[in-house]
Amino acid sequence: MSSSARRVLPGFGLSLGFTLAYLSLIVLIPLSAVFIKAAGLTYQEFLDAVTDPRVVASYKLSFGASLLAAAINAVFGLILAWGLVRYTFPGKKIVDALIDLPFALPTAVAGISLTALYAKNGWLGQILEPLGVKIAFGPAGVLVALIFIGLPFIVRTVQPILEDLDAEFEEAAASLGANRWQTFARVVFPTLLPALLTGFALAFARAVGEYGSVIFIAGNIPFVSEITPLMIITKLEQYDYRGATAVASVMLVVSFALLLIINVLQAWTSKRQGRTT
Amino acid sequence: MSAVTQLNPHSGFASRFERNIATRDPRWVKFLVLGLGLTFFAVFLLLPLVAVFVEALRKGWSTYFAALVEPDAAAAIRLTLLAAAIAVPLNLVFGIAAAWAIAKFDFPGKQLLITLIDLPFSVSPVVAGLIYVLVFGAQGWFGPWLSEHDIRIIFAVPGIVLATIFVTFPFIARELIPLMQSQGRDEEEAAITLGASGWQAFWRVTLPNIKWALLYGVILCNARAMGEFGAVSVVSGHIRGETNTMPLHVEILYNEYQFAAAFAVASLLALLALVTLAIKTYIEWQAGRVSLQEQLR
Repeated sequence: MSSSARRVLPGFGLSLGFTLAYLSLIVLIPLSAVFIKAAGLTYQEFLDAVTDPRVVASYKLSFGASLLAAAINAVFGLILAWGLVRYTFPGKKIVDALIDLPFALPTAVAGISLTALYAKNGWLGQILEPLGVKIAFGPAGVLVALIFIGLPFIVRTVQPILEDLDAEFEEAAASLGANRWQTFARVVFPTLLPALLTGFALAFARAVGEYGSVIFIAGNIPFVSEITPLMIITKLEQYDYRGATAVASVMLVVSFALLLIINVLQAWTSKRQGRTT
Repeated sequence: MSAVTQLNPHSGFASRFERNIATRDPRWVKFLVLGLGLTFFAVFLLLPLVAVFVEALRKGWSTYFAALVEPDAAAAIRLTLLAAAIAVPLNLVFGIAAAWAIAKFDFPGKQLLITLIDLPFSVSPVVAGLIYVLVFGAQGWFGPWLSEHDIRIIFAVPGIVLATIFVTFPFIARELIPLMQSQGRDEEEAAITLGASGWQAFWRVTLPNIKWALLYGVILCNARAMGEFGAVSVVSGHIRGETNTMPLHVEILYNEYQFAAAFAVASLLALLALVTLAIKTYIEWQAGRVSLQEQLR
């Protein structure tokens, strides 16, 4: 029996047709423009644009700061998720709800607010600057902004796994004589690892493309604190559409590679979950 | 990039971990974990939120309200509302259509389609703006034709709407697809067999089943639509009173050193974020209650 003969519900052609048309018009065709336009460049033009020293400096900052921010968030995100799942404390519901703030708060708002906090006369800046720690208008500012936008990715991927984790694993470990630390390191942490890596990859992917929250606090000094998305904007403002397209195609390839990695990690997470529960 | 903002009807009963001797941590560990975690939370999330409102009111309420009713600000608010009013319903219709096709029917390439729907989340906002410049801009595919016919898309309102649709594209679909997939098709098939039309089955059977996830997707989509900065910035052209959305207006005021005014407009967006989080929390509570009731039945 063919699948269409078993089909009772109506609307397959309409819904799938609309889905594919809308997806193509809004997403696929415009995205393909980057690659088609980039393919129109000569090899030398493309190479010059993507290996321009100022652009290369921006890759180093974007990838370095994104990695570091995702790593810091992995540590503190795990700690926060643990606190939210395992303990009761006053104000917990509010903390839990506000974890998603970076998803809901417009990036430009986050950007100017972080800048005000860490500038020389800001609440945190006036404490840190006398200590010789300069955050705003430099690479450290980029890191702070990327920590802000990345935190919920870790908490929200680890939290549900931690909630679903059956107490019996820890009971078994405890009854076999393991102490709390051994139980965490050998039993709980390996279960959380796929989710933690997924959250890390999600936070990293978001950080690499982030623009709004970074540009206010970065100071945007060439070779020092320019991120890669800003290089695209800079090239556009100079009417260098070819250069902008070349750099954008590099960013898109990186995004697609990260998307692939994230899909593999998520498949691993759900496989792990299927086995342990 | 799925499974992050998805509706999560988990209700944590943390005390069960603290009562169980095998899962209970020593008190000093609890205080250390909470101390570190909450300090990090306070410095990186809470302080920036509080700072928005403090900076906005630094020069008093009259300056605050003056910044919000000033013509350019009012125009920015109107444009932001317009862009969201177009983008959210379109992505809502798309989300329902995509979820209906994916959850209720079998066809080859379904997994690829789901991945493609999520694609806009992994594209940098700046690249999202650039792609429309490459298609509709003066140097783009349709640029010459558009300028011949005197149609402006880039550096005009249509471009802003398009960029907003792109960045909010997956929000509603990704809430509905996993939910409708897990609900299966039995209920709708029963309705059709009993003589309901397709639309009746959708309105009376499907919609009540997905209403919380739908609302959840809509408010997240709306928050992002009103707050988008990078993508809109590329296609806007920053014409005051014409192509400035609220986030872009914040940027202009900030760069002109009108900090109190910039933070005043920013505080409206921060309020929107807080309302969004409040509704989101309420929906999670409702959905948690519903799934608990279903488990008890």
